[in-house]
Amino acid sequence: MEQVLSQAVLVGIITSAIRLATPYIFASIGEAFSQTSGVVNLGVDGIMLVGAFMAYYVVLKTGNVWFAVLAAMLVGIAMGLLMSFISVSMRAEQGISGIGLYMLGLGLSSLLFKVLVGSVQTIEGFKPLDIPFLADIPVIGEIFFKNSLPVYVAFLLIPAAWWFLEKTTWGLKIRAVGQNPAAADSLGVDVIKVRYFAVTFGAVLASLAGASLSTALVNLFQENLTAGLGFIAVALVYFGGWKPVGILVGALLFSTVNAFQLWMQVLGVDIPSDVAVMLPYLLTIVALVAVTSRIRPPAALNKPFDRGEN
Amino acid sequence: MKNSKLLSVLSVLVVVMMLLSACGTAAPAAPAEEAAKPLRVAVVMPSATTDMAFSQSMYSALVAVQKEMGGEAKMEIKYSENMFKVPDAAAALRDYASQGFDIVIGHGSQYGASIEEIAKDFPETVFAWGTDVNTFGLPNVYAYTAAAQEGGYVNGVMAAMVSQSKQIGVTGPVEVGDAKTYIDGFVQGVASVDPSITVNKTWTGSFSDVALMTEAAKTHIAAGADVLTGSSQSVVGSIGAAKENGAVMWFGTQSDQASLADKLVVASQVYDWSAMIKQIIANKAEGKLGGETFVLQLKNDGLKITFNAGYNLPAEVKAAAEAAIEGIKSGAITVEP
Amino acid sequence: MSQDTVVKNESSQPNKEKPKWDELLLKTSMPFLAMFTALLIGAVVLLLLQVNPFEAYAAIFVGVFGSVSGLTQSLVKATPLLMVGLGICIAFRASVINIGAEGQIILGALGATSWALAFKEWPAWALIPSTLVVSFLAGSVWGFIPGYLKARFKVNEILSTVMLNAIALQLMNMLVRGPLIDQAGVAAGTYLAQSEKLPETSWLARLIPQSLLNTGTFIAIGMAILVYIFLWRTTIGFRIRAVGLNPDASRYSGINVPFYQALSLTLAGGFAGLAGAIEVMGVHHRLLEGITSGYGFSGIVAALFGGLHPLGLIPASWLFGSLLVGADKMQRAVQVPSALIDVLLGLVVLFVVGSAYLSKKWAANRLSNSKKANGAQS
Repeated sequence: MEQVLSQAVLVGIITSAIRLATPYIFASIGEAFSQTSGVVNLGVDGIMLVGAFMAYYVVLKTGNVWFAVLAAMLVGIAMGLLMSFISVSMRAEQGISGIGLYMLGLGLSSLLFKVLVGSVQTIEGFKPLDIPFLADIPVIGEIFFKNSLPVYVAFLLIPAAWWFLEKTTWGLKIRAVGQNPAAADSLGVDVIKVRYFAVTFGAVLASLAGASLSTALVNLFQENLTAGLGFIAVALVYFGGWKPVGILVGALLFSTVNAFQLWMQVLGVDIPSDVAVMLPYLLTIVALVAVTSRIRPPAALNKPFDRGEN
Repeated sequence: MKNSKLLSVLSVLVVVMMLLSACGTAAPAAPAEEAAKPLRVAVVMPSATTDMAFSQSMYSALVAVQKEMGGEAKMEIKYSENMFKVPDAAAALRDYASQGFDIVIGHGSQYGASIEEIAKDFPETVFAWGTDVNTFGLPNVYAYTAAAQEGGYVNGVMAAMVSQSKQIGVTGPVEVGDAKTYIDGFVQGVASVDPSITVNKTWTGSFSDVALMTEAAKTHIAAGADVLTGSSQSVVGSIGAAKENGAVMWFGTQSDQASLADKLVVASQVYDWSAMIKQIIANKAEGKLGGETFVLQLKNDGLKITFNAGYNLPAEVKAAAEAAIEGIKSGAITVEP
Repeated sequence: MSQDTVVKNESSQPNKEKPKWDELLLKTSMPFLAMFTALLIGAVVLLLLQVNPFEAYAAIFVGVFGSVSGLTQSLVKATPLLMVGLGICIAFRASVINIGAEGQIILGALGATSWALAFKEWPAWALIPSTLVVSFLAGSVWGFIPGYLKARFKVNEILSTVMLNAIALQLMNMLVRGPLIDQAGVAAGTYLAQSEKLPETSWLARLIPQSLLNTGTFIAIGMAILVYIFLWRTTIGFRIRAVGLNPDASRYSGINVPFYQALSLTLAGGFAGLAGAIEVMGVHHRLLEGITSGYGFSGIVAALFGGLHPLGLIPASWLFGSLLVGADKMQRAVQVPSALIDVLLGLVVLFVVGSAYLSKKWAANRLSNSKKANGAQS
């Protein structure tokens, strides 16, 4: 057991956890925007896949990661507008439109991969970027300041998202249309427009989550690369109670336990591997039960807004 | 309201354009034209033909045999991929058989029950399935499997010799099937060279979770491993992790994985089904439709160790590998699955 | 008592049973129109892949409706969709989204396999019903957990069911490579991830030679009728629907809202569990990896196509099953990458779910027009 808790292992676990958490943070923050405005988007995984493929393909063809980021954002906008159109304008049952979007994204990314690329190839994506001076600090520098750019961006996204949602007019509008769209509407807020914005912005982040996977963390694309990661990201939004900090806690908890179980396996701790793999899922539920969430969901979550009916 | 309508129209346009532009450059999936009664072969596979692993090994073998026989005019290949749902696969197998295909291959161990039922209804059609050893006593069914532990052993021998840190990492999906037998063979191979080397194993519990597989590989590297191996289509993530590190060596299995990291892949155990396919075709010409089990082994050249030309393998390591191959072939070395 | 009637009035309003025939026509034709539009976009993709869309779509139609095998295949496919869809339907009626059916199917399949193998020597009349009951119970445990967590700790069901799906998968991995592994595979050195074959006394009878169609389909249809009676003809069913229609009013009228939501999730789990059992007992005759075939998600779509109504689900799941089978046939006929099927299905789902609003809006217009004609009255 002392080996498990040695400094090297602890450092290893935290470094791993930070990497693993990165796509979850992007996708979950995006989903938080969408849900705060009242729209559940279950299609995150599909958006991630399309974003992951687009970014990967652009790097493969041009070698330029910035074009890749741009491509991922554009494709995120397209998927977001599609989701908004179906869920906001057409007031569709959101749980189901999300699953449709997931299928579309899964199929589209695999189809494009098949016809445009054909076989698995690795790419040179984002390289590790040592932050000057900070990276030289023992232990801490090793853990936090030797990552690739998308990892830093993910963590900077937390305060940025908090600031945007809590301190800006647009953030206020997003929260208002998620709490009481009728009231917001009577105050002159364009509910439809705000929801379009929140859903599409969320989709861009989901797409970037996919891109962070394919161009920074694994540096390749394969059919169904995300393997359901997007659904976990949606779950983490509930864990975090729609708050960026809560999402950070959830993503880090899930990823740390995941990194921990990998280390347990590497160190040959005697538990069945299946039980080890279960741990992050199990502990996420247990943790939420233990703290008993007092946070109320956006009141109009999952409810399409129809001006005529109110 | 007007605004949102405009937006919605735009969004549809964007998606359509996305589809258009993306597929515009697509290569044509040319349908095989039937000329003078070619041999018709159909294959049903659980994952994609491009998985760099199990399904690709069969598809490449079929294409190789096709080329050898003289192209599409002599041999027609139709495939159904990603058939991980067994009822779908059963439907595909039955359809191909009723369309008059000469040879129908069910390339997944989960297709056994389907093959058993369908083969009875089409006694003139040749069926082959694997990986398993059971032909159900039917005269028109072949079973095939790969003795993955043999190549695992050879890879293990080499891994033990090239490892400096005396620590080796194994990244597996779920401990079943040839993922298990390959790794069991690998561990035996390592132990035969140096029992003091530690082989650490991780299982991600998924055949497709590339992200977790990548992190598992990085964990092995952080823990001090300088040689990695692993199985399933998600190991492309492990290879990526090795490549990113730049100094960690990789041993592949199922397909030749050298193209993923040409400096770091030392060798791959390759499943070569082409000899088996040719045997099945030759048997058919003589009127034999099945009733036999093929086991890919080093002995019958069904398993091949391909050394990566891009990696500078020390001569004594290669010699040891070849000695191990010969030992297994002759039966001097036995590897337990 | 009087408050109870308030709820009754509230609930009877949105599902007034007798719609006008033209409304009904629109309601049923709209999904087809949407599907047609989706397939039209699909045709563009097919053209880009240099495939003749007419040939491709003809393959779907002829493939499904042109042969006995096509028809039986779509029924085999429809059976688990119907079963899972029934559970989704019950949960949805209580306004709970159950995306945990994948895990619940696994639990049902595990329960059925373990039970049937443990009591191999039992005669069929005892083994088949008891196995079905066990699988229902096993699935409902996996539905009860998120239900209880929601009722007691307000844990969101999407979070818990997503996590429980992953846990169920690992549980199956563990059992199928451990205690349940087929000893023949161990002896042959293949270690395949599948259980031993179930005793024949536990198999559901096959109905048509050369097909996988089995009595499970009848069980599913029977269940659909039972669920209809349960939801519309019993007090508990009424309360479940009341909770979904108006939780606040239900609460004021003394209905224990969390209890009924937990109950609906538990039942949903049970039906998904039965779906798992029918796959094991009727189709595969053993447990193997990939047993859920994604029915946990496609069942949600089937439930939507059926208007979240148990009886509507019967034709809807058959239709959706046909679409799935037809898409596969098309893939084989014109040899396009199988990913195209997901693209088509995704488009169909998006368009169908989006079109529901158009028919609703049209109906609302009609209603308001007729109201105007009858004089203002709310």
